[in-house]
Amino acid sequence: MAVATSTGTAGVRAPNWWLKLVEKIVTHAALIVLSVMFLIPFFWMVSGSLKTGEDLNAFPVVWFPDTLTLENYVAGLQVFPFGRYLFNTLIICVFSMIGAVLSSSFVAYGLSRIEWRWRTPLFVILLSTLMVPFYVTMVPLFTMFRGLGWTNTYLPLIVPHFFGVPFFIFLLRQFFLSIPREMSESARLDGANELVIYWRIILPLAKPALAAVALFQFLASWNDLLGPLIYLSDADSYTLSLGLTFFRGEYATQFGPLMAASTVVVIPVIVVFFFAQRTFIQGITLTGVKG
Amino acid sequence: MTTTASNPSQTAPATGVPRKRSRATPAQRRNLFWGLVFTSPGIIGLLWFTAYPVLASIYYSFTSATMVRSPKWIGFTNYAALMKDPTWWQSLYNTFYYVVLSVPIGIVVALILALLLNLNIRGKSIYRVIFYLPAIVPLVASAVVWLYVFNPQFGVFNTILGWFGITGPGWLADPLWAMPAIIIFSTWGAGNLMIILLAGLQDVPQDLHDQAKVDGAGALRRFRHVSLPFLSPHLLFALVTGLIAGFQFFTPIFVLSNGTGGPAGSTTVSGLYLFQNAFQFFKVGYASAIAWVLFIIVALATLLVFRLVGRRVYYAGS
Repeated sequence: MAVATSTGTAGVRAPNWWLKLVEKIVTHAALIVLSVMFLIPFFWMVSGSLKTGEDLNAFPVVWFPDTLTLENYVAGLQVFPFGRYLFNTLIICVFSMIGAVLSSSFVAYGLSRIEWRWRTPLFVILLSTLMVPFYVTMVPLFTMFRGLGWTNTYLPLIVPHFFGVPFFIFLLRQFFLSIPREMSESARLDGANELVIYWRIILPLAKPALAAVALFQFLASWNDLLGPLIYLSDADSYTLSLGLTFFRGEYATQFGPLMAASTVVVIPVIVVFFFAQRTFIQGITLTGVKG
Repeated sequence: MTTTASNPSQTAPATGVPRKRSRATPAQRRNLFWGLVFTSPGIIGLLWFTAYPVLASIYYSFTSATMVRSPKWIGFTNYAALMKDPTWWQSLYNTFYYVVLSVPIGIVVALILALLLNLNIRGKSIYRVIFYLPAIVPLVASAVVWLYVFNPQFGVFNTILGWFGITGPGWLADPLWAMPAIIIFSTWGAGNLMIILLAGLQDVPQDLHDQAKVDGAGALRRFRHVSLPFLSPHLLFALVTGLIAGFQFFTPIFVLSNGTGGPAGSTTVSGLYLFQNAFQFFKVGYASAIAWVLFIIVALATLLVFRLVGRRVYYAGS
C-alpha cells in the first residue's frame, strides 16, 4: 500500500478516479433501470385505477391518461365493501397478533430462561414441527373446526395463534438466550417469581424482537388467502384478500374497478411499511440464518 | 455392560455417593413446575394443531373419507389411484417446472440486487425500499395487478417488449406461457431474499476484501473467493426455504387462474390440485394422499439439496 501510493503520482491516481466514476454511473444506471422495472406494476395499478374505460382498453397503451376519473373507485367500492372487509381483516390481524406475541414469548421464556429437564427435547420437537407443511394438516384441521362449529367464524384463524407459533418461539428463544442471566438472577433473589420476571424484565428488554414478531404475524394474517378461503363462506365475513379474489372473478376483464380495489388494499400496507421500515428489515434479518 | 447394569444399587451406597437419579432438589422441582407452566400453551398447541392433524391426515389417506361420508379403511387405494390420475401427474410436472425455474431465478435476482445495494452508493435506502415493496404487498392484490400487466392487448408487459421489437405472447391465456408468466411474477417478489443476502454480505469482513484488492483480484474474483464463502449459509437457507415454499405454491396461481389452474391445466400445481380435491370435490381421503406424496417429495428434495450443497457451505465460526 505504502509503496503504491508513494510511487504513484497524480498520473496514476487519475485513471483510478475515472474508473470509480464510471463504476458509479454504471451501478446507478443499473439500479435505476431495475427500480423502474419493480415500480411499473404499481404505477400501472394506480394509473389504471384512475383511467376512463376508453383509456383502459386503448391500443397502443395509454401511459399518462389526459382525463383522470374516480368512477372506478365508486363502481368498485359499491361491490367491494372495503370498510367492512378492512374491519374484518383487522379483527383477525389484531387478535392473532396479540395471541402470537403473548403465547410465543411465554413458551420461549420456558425454553430459554428456566433450566429444567425437558426443555431441550421439547424445543427440538417444537422446532421439527416447522417442517410439517400446512397442506398436510389443512384437511383434518378443517374437519375438526367444522366439528366444533367454528366454520364461518374467525376462531380457526385466531385461536391457534394463542398456543405458540413454532417459528416465533424459535426466534424469541434465540433472542431471550442473548439476555444476560444476571438480569433475572437478581430479581429472583429479591423474591420475584418467574411470571414477574417474564413480564417486567424479559418482555421490556425484548421489544425489538417482539415488534418483529408482531409485524410478521400481522402481515401474515393480512396477506393470508388460504385460511379465509377455507373457513369463511358468508360474504359479510370476508377479509380483504378473500373479497378481492371473488371480486376478481366477477370483474374478470374490467380492469378499472379491479385496479381501484387493489390500490385500496395495497396502499395501507405501504403506509404501514414506511412507518415500521426498520422493524421490518430487522425482523427479516433476525429470521435469516443469523439467529 | 451386564455388570454395570446390575451394579448401581450395590455400588452407590458402598461408595457413599448418592445415586445419579436421586430425588429432585426443591429448586429443580420449582424449575420443572415453571418450565411446564410456561411451555404448556406450546405443548397443547403441538398436540392440538400439529400432532392430531398429522395423524388424522395419515389415517384419512388410507380411507374413502369425503366431507360428508365418514372414513372407511381402503388401504392403498388412494395412492394407487393417484398413479393412474393424469391430472395429478400434470400437477406434479407443473410443480417441478415452477420450482426448478423460479427458485434459482429468484436467488440470482435477489443476489444481484443485494450486491448492487452493498456497494457504497447514494440513495441506498430508497432503492432498498423499492425492491422490497413487492414482497410486502398482499399477494392477492399484486396478483390481480399482474393480470392487467400481463394482458396481451392493453397490458404494459407486451408494450415494453414491443419497444424491443418483440411480439409478446398471450401470457396467462396461453398454456405455453402461463407458467413462465407466474414465474416472472414470483421473481418480482424477490425482496425478502434480497434483505437476507444483503445482511449476509454485510458480514463479510472488509479487510479481506481490501486485501484481495491489493493482491490484484478483480471484482468477479473477489466475489467468487471472498464474498461467496461467507454468503454460502445464506444461499443454502434461500435454496431450502425456496424449495419448500415452491412446492407449496398456491395463492398467486389461485388468483391468476381464477381457481381453475388453467389454461388447459397448465398452471395446476400440486397445492391447487390438493385444494380442489379437498374443498371442491370434497374427496378428503384422496386429498390427504396427495398431501403425503407431496410431503415425501419435498422431504427427499430437501435431503438431496443438503447432500449435494450442504458440504460446500462455509461457516465463518467453525
